[in-house]
Amino acid sequence: MALTPDDVKSIAHLARLEIRETDISAYTDNLSRILDFVKQLEAADCDGVAPMAHPLDMSQRLRADEVIEHDQRDRYQQNAPQVDAGLYLVPKVIE
Amino acid sequence: MHTKTIAELSKLLAAGEVSSEELTRSYLERIRKHQPALNAFITVTEDDALEAAKEADLLRKNGQAGALTGIPIAQKDIFCTDGVKTSCGSKMLDNFIAPYDATVVERMKRAGTVMLGKTNMDEFAMGSSNETSFYGSVKNPWDVTKVPGGSSGGSSAAMAARLAAGTTGTDTGGSIRQPAALTNLTGFKPTYGRVSRYGMIAFASSLDQAGTITATVEDAAMLLNVIAGFDERDSTCVNEPVPDYTATLDADIRGLKIGVPKEFFDDGLDDKVAQCVRDALTVYESMGATLVDVSLPNLGLSVPTYYVVAPAECSSNLSRFDGVRFGYRCENPVSLEDLYKRSRGEGFGAEVKRRIMTGTYVLSAGYYDAYYLKAQKTRELIKEDFCRAFENVDVLMGPTTPTAAFGIGEKSDDPITMYLNDIYVNGANLAGVPGMSVPMGFVDGLPVGLQIIGNYFAEAKMLNVAHRYQQETDWHTKLPKGFE
Repeated sequence: MALTPDDVKSIAHLARLEIRETDISAYTDNLSRILDFVKQLEAADCDGVAPMAHPLDMSQRLRADEVIEHDQRDRYQQNAPQVDAGLYLVPKVIE
Repeated sequence: MHTKTIAELSKLLAAGEVSSEELTRSYLERIRKHQPALNAFITVTEDDALEAAKEADLLRKNGQAGALTGIPIAQKDIFCTDGVKTSCGSKMLDNFIAPYDATVVERMKRAGTVMLGKTNMDEFAMGSSNETSFYGSVKNPWDVTKVPGGSSGGSSAAMAARLAAGTTGTDTGGSIRQPAALTNLTGFKPTYGRVSRYGMIAFASSLDQAGTITATVEDAAMLLNVIAGFDERDSTCVNEPVPDYTATLDADIRGLKIGVPKEFFDDGLDDKVAQCVRDALTVYESMGATLVDVSLPNLGLSVPTYYVVAPAECSSNLSRFDGVRFGYRCENPVSLEDLYKRSRGEGFGAEVKRRIMTGTYVLSAGYYDAYYLKAQKTRELIKEDFCRAFENVDVLMGPTTPTAAFGIGEKSDDPITMYLNDIYVNGANLAGVPGMSVPMGFVDGLPVGLQIIGNYFAEAKMLNVAHRYQQETDWHTKLPKGFE
């Protein structure tokens, strides 16, 4: 399962990761080897095996739709790189 | 004082022979002395620790102390701590001050423990050597040229050097048991869902579980008593009663059936480690246990299964780090896409990026069935192997790691070699069963661990079985040179 440098660039784009041009060949090599390694799963006979959904066969617990947390926006925004008037700022999206 | 266990310190505190403030000061002094050589901590919370210690002493004076009141501990830096930097070993969160406590932290605080600081770890818990930390590698106190294991390598190094009385860890694919084995400690990973993951920074949510790294099994039981149990805020946390894990530690183990999976003794296992396992099993036989040959035929699939499931979940979990609401943001982004890509590209280290990309690939259109769906099926096969084995035996035993601690830098160039180091530990995470490692001897001067795996929610049984071993052996009492 040899990936090409272009495959790696397209995966990096899907993952929204900037990879330096000089690092592409190392990632191509590493990721190809990881995919080769996990390829041995192909040989496993899984006919009639249901894919695991949860190790304890539990289903998702639900709760009543009630407000249980109070507003702490100011506190949480102390960790934000850039805010203004309670809003998170990002570069202009629409020209 | 630092050579005392939590159980011993608890008695000394209760008898008034030492105060929490004195204890806390002495551990802080040890941290100051050994941190430069070991790099076990990312953050030391000296002022908060002294304040908490004084509070603990006051509680004791007022007759409100419990078994853990005033015990100085360290938290892995993956647990959110209100008002304290929580980095997860990453540049991405180097500036992150958690706005709330993880449930594990909250419960340990409520029990009166004193947090000394936050321990180093592989970045986002992805690693088996603590070499992927943004804050630099951690050194093994048994030999500073060796790794302390990972990802909870800061906790294992801190505990091995006795820079805290107890530490926490998390175990997604062996990250508690493997470092404990490489540093002569007791590492305990409970059943999936036994301990709340709320406030524990997510890596692979269907595998992640919190636990402890301590000097003894008894100490693990004391900490588990506090951290185990239902929590509404973690939707995967199981609502099962928590027994007093210390109450059954001394129970008789005559008649215990120990399953010994033949797959644990493969070609990759170091002969000397194999001999240590056989010696440990002989000790158990002398205590009246019976050994039963068992097979986990699909165990060989566990590492490749793990390296599909864990990266897939990590790629999803780590998409939250986008440079917008918290964490690292690149300088002068020209567009939103540029902001995302450069913040993530610069904020994450190489191993994290490798796993995000592996996960992105196996989940991408056209490949999902071949990789992720297939891995969830092989995962089911691995789980069924464990369930079948537990129909006939009480616990499984084998090595925790194929070798003793390897050298810093020795395996960091080759991800596959590094991944295979976890060959015996990945299985318990995939099946969701509890696993632990206890000291079982030394190979060329370096400690190695005996792995004990139990059935779902068999924590009390495992702790009992392991505690009895520590009554018969003294491996766990050995300390590295220079830290006695």
